[in-house]
Amino acid sequence: MSREDYEIVIGLEVHAELSTKTKIFCSCPTEFGGEPNTHTCPICMAMPGTLPVLNEKVVEYAVKAGLATNCEIARDSKNDRKNYFYPDLPKSYQISQYDKPLCEHGVVEIEDDEGNPKTVRLTRIHIEEDAGKLNHNEFGGGSLVDLNRAGVPLIESVSEPDLRSAKEAERYLRKLKSIFEYIEVSDCKMQEGSLRADVNVSVRKKGETKFGTRTEMKNMNSFRAIVRAIEYEANRQIDVLEEGGVIEQETLRWDDVSGRTFSMRDKEDAQDYRYFPDPDLVAIRLSDEYIEKIRKELPELPESRRKRYMEEFKLSEKDARLLTASKYLSDLFEKAEQITGNAKAVANWILSDISRILNEKELEADQIPFTAEELDKVIQLIEKGTISSAIAKKVVEVLFENPKDPEEIIQEKGWIQISDEGAILEVVKKVIEANPQSVSDFKGGKEKALGFLVGQAMKETKGKANPQMLNQMFKEELSK
Amino acid sequence: MKITELTVHELQDKLASGELTVTQITKAYTDRIQEKEGQVEAFVTTLTDEATEEAKKMEEKIASGEIKSSLAGIPIGIKDNMCTKGVRTTCSSRMLENFVAPYDATVIEKINEQGMINLGKLNMDEFAMGASTEYSYFKKTKNPWNLNTVPGGSSGGSAAAVAAQMVPWALGSDTGGSIRQPAAFCGVVGLKPTYGLVSRYGLVAFASSLDQIGPITKDVRDAAILLNVIAGHDEKDSTSQNIEKKDYTKALEKDIKGIKIGVPKEYFGEGINPEVKEKLMQAIEEYKKMGAEVEEFSLDIAKYALATYYIVACAEASSNLGRFDGIRYGYRTKNFTNLKDIYKNSRSEGFGPEVKRRIILGTYVLSSGYYDAYYKKAQLVRTLVMKEFEKAFAKYDVLLTPTSPTVAFEIGTRSNNPLEMYLADICTVSVNIAGLPGISIPCGVDSKGMPVGMQLIGNRFQEEKILNAAYAYEQKTNFRKTYQPEFKK
Repeated sequence: MSREDYEIVIGLEVHAELSTKTKIFCSCPTEFGGEPNTHTCPICMAMPGTLPVLNEKVVEYAVKAGLATNCEIARDSKNDRKNYFYPDLPKSYQISQYDKPLCEHGVVEIEDDEGNPKTVRLTRIHIEEDAGKLNHNEFGGGSLVDLNRAGVPLIESVSEPDLRSAKEAERYLRKLKSIFEYIEVSDCKMQEGSLRADVNVSVRKKGETKFGTRTEMKNMNSFRAIVRAIEYEANRQIDVLEEGGVIEQETLRWDDVSGRTFSMRDKEDAQDYRYFPDPDLVAIRLSDEYIEKIRKELPELPESRRKRYMEEFKLSEKDARLLTASKYLSDLFEKAEQITGNAKAVANWILSDISRILNEKELEADQIPFTAEELDKVIQLIEKGTISSAIAKKVVEVLFENPKDPEEIIQEKGWIQISDEGAILEVVKKVIEANPQSVSDFKGGKEKALGFLVGQAMKETKGKANPQMLNQMFKEELSK
Repeated sequence: MKITELTVHELQDKLASGELTVTQITKAYTDRIQEKEGQVEAFVTTLTDEATEEAKKMEEKIASGEIKSSLAGIPIGIKDNMCTKGVRTTCSSRMLENFVAPYDATVIEKINEQGMINLGKLNMDEFAMGASTEYSYFKKTKNPWNLNTVPGGSSGGSAAAVAAQMVPWALGSDTGGSIRQPAAFCGVVGLKPTYGLVSRYGLVAFASSLDQIGPITKDVRDAAILLNVIAGHDEKDSTSQNIEKKDYTKALEKDIKGIKIGVPKEYFGEGINPEVKEKLMQAIEEYKKMGAEVEEFSLDIAKYALATYYIVACAEASSNLGRFDGIRYGYRTKNFTNLKDIYKNSRSEGFGPEVKRRIILGTYVLSSGYYDAYYKKAQLVRTLVMKEFEKAFAKYDVLLTPTSPTVAFEIGTRSNNPLEMYLADICTVSVNIAGLPGISIPCGVDSKGMPVGMQLIGNRFQEEKILNAAYAYEQKTNFRKTYQPEFKK
């Protein structure tokens, strides 16, 4: 049998750090970075005798996430302890939710590989605390524990095994990320680890109804790695089965450099987390009014923005969808549009050049280093005729490298468009003189020859000449 | 007049009238510690020098009006499982032998606000697991009534220090009887408040759903005064209840005529020492004479309380004590080559046998495949126990039982027999299981002169009723004036 005879089955457990100001069980800041162990207190360092107190904002954010993904919100919920030993887990248990998560039975709408709408079921969303971080000790052997991240609130969103390809998994994760960004519960910065996924992969022969044995790859934090890892792991499993082997249920580590998965734990370490309700915390009871209030305050979600863009700005369905796929892009669009009032131009810039550069540089939209004001400036400079669109493309490239006022960029680089009639006339005359053949072609009725002459003039001015003026003046000079 | 014989409310009177100064009181206690600690061994850490310094400062603060509390300058002893900033908190364990907390427990903040003076940290069973204080890593505390017997536990250091007059009063903690049973063994008063009345913040957790801090005192009035100080809602403890502040001394002198006392017959059956039973019967007669209506009834569920207790307490302990892993603070083994060794050896060397026994038990009952049969079932029984008590309190104001089936036993006679040691808690654990308040007061001595304790149990947040009933009995019988510990060898 060949690979085409197999179906890949994928489920994702996505961890998103919530953007609350303080940690889930103490009042330390959640801010990323900071010297090791400076965002800590006796509570998140698990000093003896300290007690957790649940941050109400965490519940609110999780409910928001649940509502935005069409979940049922539990009126009665609780926190449980997940017990295991690891140096980044100071209490030796993680406070999480076991059998009564805050949100259950949600759905997320995506497109399958053929572009058809597809519904992915969300099993649950629950709240829990993040662990600390182990850093390799630069000054000697062993590792150093940094507890700045310990106690940062997380929501874990668990999908059903509804995904059927690596690309589909990517689209699902992008959609989830976009939803969390829209409702502003997480900044979802994968490069900072505030959005990470555990990926469960299994394969089965097409037509088979039972699932195959799955393996899990933990803590994946880039789309590219997730896609590669799923593809690698599915192929590995198929190869094992084709050779008559069996898949072992295990946790794997994806190595991005070698592009392979490795077994992480031996079986004697099979974990029994001994979940039980945390006796230091009280039950979480939510009233209908509370949930309704949050529902009413939910911001506009991507679907509704997409529709609005089509109606308000007359954008195509495709453009509107691409723009709203990321809140960062969408916000950039709306801000720049508000300043310029030129929705089409802004959309074009974002969807063509900016998206192309993002792709080339393998960056996410949230890593765009310049502001809407700067983008707006570029568009205005074109409209005013200060620069040509060819130059504008170069300006945007520079903005990615070294964001600053576009006017400064063109000054520095000497990219200001030549719109001085005398200067342009001089170039026009020079080009006419140097290209007698094209001149006679044009006079003989070949319109195309004009394009060539304009091109030569642009070359001569290193692209800085105003193309409309060039056109105009060539026509005038040649009709003399 | 011997200063250390006085109760705190008597000390307050004499401070107010100018008859005594803070320095005099502190000196009397530091001298007494000098004299008796060698015999009793109630302290893990004594703070006699610090207390002498503190007394001077406090006197100035009182004189200048900076502090106005009538408890300013009153000494106190603290069980060594409550965190005190700058003073080590060991839980009588090798694991925390050199642990100094960077913060004060909420109860410590409260006693500091009143200007009380900490005389030291008191010995206990390691991590409060035990009923004799023999499971301390550091020392075995002796019962001042007979130095060959145990003071009870786990707050044995607190109860022995109060009985030996080395502190005028002390804070203890009670998870299954750890305030009341040692109070009974040492002939003093011990009050376990309703779960949620006193903040647990800064109390090193044994079993979170059962632990409560409470006073160990010479008499009932002092217990009410100290409860006034420590009770109250704390934002740092989610399980602390936000209820109205009360003055618990107000209810003490109410006439108890007509109050209804229920006597659960199960607490007087098999295993109860006949002499203990006899003293309790005499106490019941006293209550009848005072006009209380006493009635025997059946609290059938009580027989399941001990098993329930040991499942719930050990389960929570197995998780609570996970943080003692040798990574951030506390004992770390010298003998390791990898992470697993650090965990295994630090915990094997840092914990004593009783703590390990309970961690293993608790880990077992929470394991997958056993959770439903043990932990879940225990929680169901716990609900039933609560309901049975609720029914009882629909009929009675107060329940009366022995505090312990026996008087203080000899050192070394039970420490190798865990099951027999666990039976010492049989009369007290159901109160923790149901989250109720309970007080133990002395009700006489047996033929060998050892104190017998009587336990009064109240409904949730009805501390006033048990304090009232206890006070009335105490006034009538005056145990403290009749009997005093003799430091027998």
